[in-house]
This record gives sequence, structure tokens and C-alpha cells, in this order.
Amino acid sequence: MPEQLLFAMEVTLNGLMAGVLYALVALGFVLIFKASGIFNFAQGMLVVFAAMTLVGVQQGQVPFAHLINTIFGTKVHDFGWTVPTFLAIIVAGAAMVFVAWIIEKYILHHLVGQPDIILFMATIGMWYFMHGFAPLMWGSEVMKLDVGLAQGLNDPVLNATEALFGYGFFLDNLDIVAAVIAAILVASLVLFSQYTKQGRAMRAVADDHQAALSVGISLRFIWVLVWSLAGVVALVAGIMWGSKSGVQISLAEVALKALPVLMLGGCTSIPGAIIGGLIIGVGEQLFEFAIGPLVGGATQAWFAYVLALIFLIFRPQGLFGEKIIERV
Amino acid sequence: MMDAMNMSTDTNPDSYVTDDGRTIGGVVMDLKNITLRFGGVVAIKDISFDIREGEIRAIIGPNGAGKSSMLNVISGFYKPQEGEVWFRGKKRPPMRPYQVAQQGLARTFQNIALFDGMSVLDNIMTGRLNYMKTNMLQQAIWWGKAEKEELENREKVEKVIDFLEIQHIRKTPVGRLPYGLKKRVELARALAAEPSLLLLDEPMAGMNVEEKEDMSRFILDVNDEFGTTIALIEHDMGVVMDLSDRVVVMDYGKKIGDGTPDEVRNNQDVIDAYLGVAHD
Repeated sequence: MPEQLLFAMEVTLNGLMAGVLYALVALGFVLIFKASGIFNFAQGMLVVFAAMTLVGVQQGQVPFAHLINTIFGTKVHDFGWTVPTFLAIIVAGAAMVFVAWIIEKYILHHLVGQPDIILFMATIGMWYFMHGFAPLMWGSEVMKLDVGLAQGLNDPVLNATEALFGYGFFLDNLDIVAAVIAAILVASLVLFSQYTKQGRAMRAVADDHQAALSVGISLRFIWVLVWSLAGVVALVAGIMWGSKSGVQISLAEVALKALPVLMLGGCTSIPGAIIGGLIIGVGEQLFEFAIGPLVGGATQAWFAYVLALIFLIFRPQGLFGEKIIERV
Repeated sequence: MMDAMNMSTDTNPDSYVTDDGRTIGGVVMDLKNITLRFGGVVAIKDISFDIREGEIRAIIGPNGAGKSSMLNVISGFYKPQEGEVWFRGKKRPPMRPYQVAQQGLARTFQNIALFDGMSVLDNIMTGRLNYMKTNMLQQAIWWGKAEKEELENREKVEKVIDFLEIQHIRKTPVGRLPYGLKKRVELARALAAEPSLLLLDEPMAGMNVEEKEDMSRFILDVNDEFGTTIALIEHDMGVVMDLSDRVVVMDYGKKIGDGTPDEVRNNQDVIDAYLGVAHD
């Protein structure tokens, strides 16, 4: 097999893996958009907050340590214990559910029936609030996240491809784990929304609030549920991204990469978020590989956005987005 | 039949059997001195009436009489400033609409509130949400009781679909349906909840004569076959008089008549309200 083709295959595989990570972030957007029509700008911040909470809990950090020290002149920093990873993940998950509850109670609840743009503005506010609040709670240094996921080169893949093509593919173990976990997550979300009572209620709320109330669905419960789910998805995304590149506030910007993914996949489709993520991931790697050298490289910075723009022109609802059915 | 009669005579001395052989039982819903204001506007002024088990109870009146407001009070969408709502012999505390629905009260809307993106079948299934008791995990993997439960609920829903003759559109997304069928799907969703009181807000609004006849037939059949208590709002006097057992007439937020269709028809206030005689 020609070397160029093998290179391209390797690039594609790596692109797929990177795409999974984009898709994980996009998934959080889709969940909330589907159920409440709110475009949650703060999803990226949820990712960071979830990851920071996880590391903080795991390492036994005292929340708001800096604040406490400033006010009381103490010198606390950590409790001096470490929490087992599994337990820390559960605590961080619970924290995300708590955040969802707070958001519903103090923000969304007061904005029921307001135009979508108002809700969107509110989520921008949440972004900025958390941008300050998260470092206040857990400190602003780069935190190292290690939940014991496999890292580094995957030898079986390397050896197998070496034997097969005479050229070994470099794949990161972490990416493979991320792909598997994302697949499980998506499968369970789809099962949840299609087959459970709460899933059906969620779809009903997304469609018509009044009608949902009239069949006995509590809007508040569904909203808390949806934001909790988005929070848990954010936690998973945070673990993956955090393990890869450390946890810091700038991680929230990966959420911006989720925007073209949404344009591509459609804001309302769970499979769309995945496919969109994969297309962007592969597309930007291949583009960089093929065209990058001709234009001086660094195409990854803009490729996704240009692709999304082109999509907006030809298929505004995205690949899998719901076409709005309306009788005139 | 004997049993039903005995029971109703025991618990309620004034239950009776209609000319067409249906038993009308005791009071299901009792509204006492309801007053509803929006700012300075009084939408409902000190109105009392009751709804009895098994009857078709109509609320009629000219435009802006406060009929829909009344229905919204009953279904919990509006909270009256004064008055009490008694449901099945108990005074109802202030409740949110979804809690009222969970108590066994289903409704339709004047301008149709369906889940447009979902299929007819899924829409009607939402009416069964309160009957599903297994947990999320079981439902997600169709395990154990969840499968049985889903099938039982499906069976109930299929019965409703057959009854309302909408088999041919069961997989169609609701958004694609014409108006008359949407109204029927909405009725189906309400029926699927097996409500102890069914509220219909202008079920025949915007329909042609044929569709109106169909809808009237469905309403009568529902009441007859399932014994469902129905309260409906309607504009069209003629339709209402044929359908209902008892009629409340509202005008300018006040009750001006209450009784059988014949009684109401001969009530001078009602005639005035409908013919537009000057109030003096």
C-alpha cells in the first residue's frame, strides 16, 4: 500500500478519536436544546467546573481555600486526604446535579415563558459567573487530572498494523477509551429518551409546555433532570479533556469547537452530535494533512467554522436536525 | 346495572337515570363562589355550579363570557382569587396544573396543544405517563415489569385509537395532520389518561358540519361507553343542547342560567344574552 494512503488512514483514525471528544461536548448542548429550546452557552463552563470539582474532591482540596484564608487569615489548603477516584466521580456527579437544581431554581424558573434570546443571554451570564466562581472555589492553577485511564501509545494497534501494512499506526489509548465511553453514553441516552417515561416526558416538554402540563408532567422536574444529564455529560467530557490536557479555565474554550459540530449535526439530534463531531474531527485532520502544507498550516483553527458556515447555507437545520413541519 | 344503581342511591340520594338509560351519580366537581380577576378585570364573578358523575355538562355563553377562564380554573391553569374547588368530596388545595392532571383530570385546548414533533401514537402514549411505575433503568432496557407495563399501556392506547377511528394515522407526526384530526388526537390523548373528569375546550371550534357531527358522536360515545364525566365549553348553542345533560350559561363573567337544555332555552336572561337585548 502506498505510504501516502497509510498516512491518510492514520490521520483519519486520529481524527475520529478527536471527533469523539468534540461530540461529547456537543452532546451536552443537544440535550438541553432538545428539551427546553435553550441554547446553553455555558455548557463549556460546566465541563470545566465538573473537571475541577472532580480533581478538587479527589485531591482533598478545601473549596474556597483562598477566600477562607483571606478572610480568616488561616492557611488551609487541603484536608490532607485523597478520595478514591470512583467515589470522587460520584461526588462530582452529585455536584453537577446540584448545579442543575440551582440553575433551575434561581434562573430558569424566573424566566419561564420569556423569549429564547433572553434565556440565551442568561446562559451567557452563567458562563461569566462560573468563569469567576470555578477558580474561586478550586484555585486557578492548572490541575492534573488522573482517574487511571489508560494513556500513551496503544501497542496492539501499532503491532497489528505494523504486521499488516508494514507501517504502524500511532493511536493514543486515551482516545480509544474516550471513544468507547462516548459510545456507551450515547447508547444509554438514546435508550433513555426513546423508551423511558422520563424520556418521553422530556420530548413532550420540548414540544409544548402547556400540553405537557395537561398530561401531568412537572416542568421543573424535567428541567432539573435535563440539566443534570447535561451536567453528567459535561463531567464525562471534562474527564476526557482534562486527562488529555490538564484542567484549567481555558478548557471551556473547547466548547467553542462544539458549535460547528452542532451546526453540522443539527441542534436537536443526539446521533447528529456524534456524526457532526466525527466529521469535524476527521475533516480538520485530513484537511491539515492534505491542504495544510500548501497554505502554511494551522488550518485546524478555522476549518471547522468554515465547514459549518457552508453547511448553514445549504442545510440550515444540520444533517440530522428536525425539519420544522408546519402546515400553512 | 342493578349494582350501579344501588350504589348511587346509597351514596347519593339524588342520583337519577336519564331517558336514554345512563346513570348520573353524585357530584364529582363542585365549584363554590369562584371569582377570578386579572388586574382590574373581573373574568369570573362569584360563580358556583357542580358537575356530576357520568354527565355531560356544558358551559356556554357569548364571546368573552369567561368560559375558558372557568375551564382553566378547573384544570389548575388559573388560580381564582376567591372561592373553593371541591373534587371528589375534598377541597382542593392550591395546585399546579400537572398535579391536577395527576389527580385524574384531563383536558383539551381551544387552540390545540399537541406535541407536533411526535407521532400520533407517541402523543397519545403521553396520556399514560402517570400510569407508568417501573423505574428508568428497567424501562431503558425493557426489563422485567417494564415490558409488561409498556404493553398494557399500549393496549389501552390502541383501544382509544380504535375508538376514535384514527388507526390510519397512528405513525404520522402530528404536525402534518389537518385541523380536524388534530382535535381528535388531542381528545385521544386526554382519553388515554382514563380521566375521572374530562374537560373539552371548544371541541368543535373551526370545524365544518360533518366534522362537528363526528365529534358530537365521539363525545356521546365516550360518555356512554366509558361512563366518562365530561365538561365542555361550546359556542354553538344547537350542538350543546343536543349533547348535554345540564348547561351552565355565562355572560360577562356571571352565571345567568343553569339547568337542563330545555330549562335554559326558556330562560329569559339567556335569550337576552344570545339575542343581544339591551341590559336595562
